[in-house]
Amino acid sequence: MLRVRNLEVVYDDVMLVLRGVSLDLPSGAIVALLGANGAGKTTLLRALTGLLDVHDGAVTKGSVTLDDQQVHGLRPAAIVRRGVSQVMEGRRIFAELSVEDNLRVGGHTNAGAVGDRLDHVYGLFPVLKERRRKTAGYLSGGEQQMLAMGRALMAEPRYLLLDEPSLGLAPRLVDQVREIIVEINRLGTAVLLVEQNAAMALSIASHGYVLETGKVVLDKPADRLLADDDVREFYLGLGAADTGAARRSFRDVKHYKRRKRWLS
Amino acid sequence: MIALLEGIVRGLGVGSVYALLALGFVIIYKATRVISFAQPALMLAGVVLVSHLAGPLGFWVALPVAALLTAVLALGIERGAVRPMVGRPAFVVAIITLGVDVAIRVVVNIFIGLDVRNVHDPWGLDSWQLGSLQVQQRHVAAFLATALLVAALFAFFRFTRMGLAMRAAADDQEAALAQGVSVGAVFALSWALAGALAAVGGTFATAGVSFDGNLWLTALVALPVIILGGLDSLPGAVLGGLAVGVAQELVATYQNDLPWLGGNVSVITPYVLMLLVLLVRPYGLFGTREVERV
Ligand SMILES: Nc1ncnc2c1ncn2[C@@H]1O[C@H](COP(=O)(O)OP(=O)(O)OP(=O)(O)O)[C@@H](O)[C@H]1O
Ligand SMILES: [Mg+2]
Repeated sequence: MLRVRNLEVVYDDVMLVLRGVSLDLPSGAIVALLGANGAGKTTLLRALTGLLDVHDGAVTKGSVTLDDQQVHGLRPAAIVRRGVSQVMEGRRIFAELSVEDNLRVGGHTNAGAVGDRLDHVYGLFPVLKERRRKTAGYLSGGEQQMLAMGRALMAEPRYLLLDEPSLGLAPRLVDQVREIIVEINRLGTAVLLVEQNAAMALSIASHGYVLETGKVVLDKPADRLLADDDVREFYLGLGAADTGAARRSFRDVKHYKRRKRWLS
Repeated sequence: MIALLEGIVRGLGVGSVYALLALGFVIIYKATRVISFAQPALMLAGVVLVSHLAGPLGFWVALPVAALLTAVLALGIERGAVRPMVGRPAFVVAIITLGVDVAIRVVVNIFIGLDVRNVHDPWGLDSWQLGSLQVQQRHVAAFLATALLVAALFAFFRFTRMGLAMRAAADDQEAALAQGVSVGAVFALSWALAGALAAVGGTFATAGVSFDGNLWLTALVALPVIILGGLDSLPGAVLGGLAVGVAQELVATYQNDLPWLGGNVSVITPYVLMLLVLLVRPYGLFGTREVERV
């Protein structure tokens, strides 16, 4: 279990970006983390993987524990070794390296098993095997997302954190990414799925969180989140369940804001 | 014709030294985005070590031992002076390396003393006679040693786990961190490599002749070389180094035919060449476009 408790994160010593976030990623589960731009989703993933330092960020309160051992404050390499890997927002593949070299770097902490893991990743993503000698920067957006996921899998993570894997992909590719996530999870890896595409995320997650300006405002099983009026309206682009397809009015927006304040 | 060929051979020998020094700059730059002005001091330290060790150990043992010790010195500089500055503007760190350079040279100069020193290399000024062509052994040796080191570096960056990690970190440091690469180790290794290369380069720069504290000036030629080849390009450093060496020696060969240029024009050749190339390709021959200005 990867567990976040009352986490506060500050950038540049002054900007409070996470204000007491709590979240659980049980082993073997898929958990969705939704939230508007700037809510702090990426920041949370940085806190989970030791990457806050790079951004002059720091955990000021709360804790992150992995199987009851504190992991915040550990260096990224130590966290990867303990079985938590992240696929960063924007894919961040090594553009100048070949596809296979990208994967090898993904196996940096897992040197003994690189051969086996390559076979495993090529099995999951046959397209990467075809392109293994190609320079990664020339791959299409979809292929780069596969590469970023394959690279993270090289470390044999027990917990995989995905930051907006469907961003900028055509619907057919989004479906493909979704199936891959299900497959990765079926093979035993827990997934924390950060998404703007709430419909996709909630269709495969068992539980979901909605983050708003650094706070968790909703924390429910995925099916109940799917039925939640606010989620339907603001993340799925559907009318609230009780008002049917009525257009969003100013009054609704105010209601939403009021409700959020009350929740927080 | 003979003069031309001899000039080219000499140029390749001299250029090999530039290439080794330039490689050090580029390796550090790629890993840390810092231009290290401490390379001249590292080179001088390496040469002084060889000159002291070659007596008891012999040249062939002294050279690798001195390279190793210089690598350790470079590690110390990285750890003590550069690492604490991570995140500061690149030019601030560059200035700090400049200070380190001066400080180390002051200390190293004590070990040079007033004697004439040399590295006790096996070549001296001996040469081979190939028909009417006369080539100095030390130039051939410098070229072969450089070829060997470049091949080894190529294999290292291409096939080893740490070499790959260094390339990845040069490409996207945060993404490399996220894969579990220790960026600290990458920084350290880049400095160590640069230190060892500087020691070997310096030794070949002074093979056959004696040296004094002014030898460090040779390392400055690496600056036009890396600007010529591109700050972030390893092949650029090698080819740039060789090109500058050859151009310099050819100018030296023929400058007497152009007396109006003055007697020492070969000394400024690297800088002239650099300016000419920058006019056409502002990011160097092999560099990436968006390299930051320091
Ligand atoms: N390196 C940084 N330094 C200072 N502030 C930052 C930094 N990175 C992010 N922030 C701020 O922290 C807040 C949360 O950003 P974060 O990137 O975590 O949001 P997000 O939920 O991932 O958004 P998006 O959906 O756009 O990716 C934003 O207000 C952002 O401006
Ligand atoms: Mg984000």
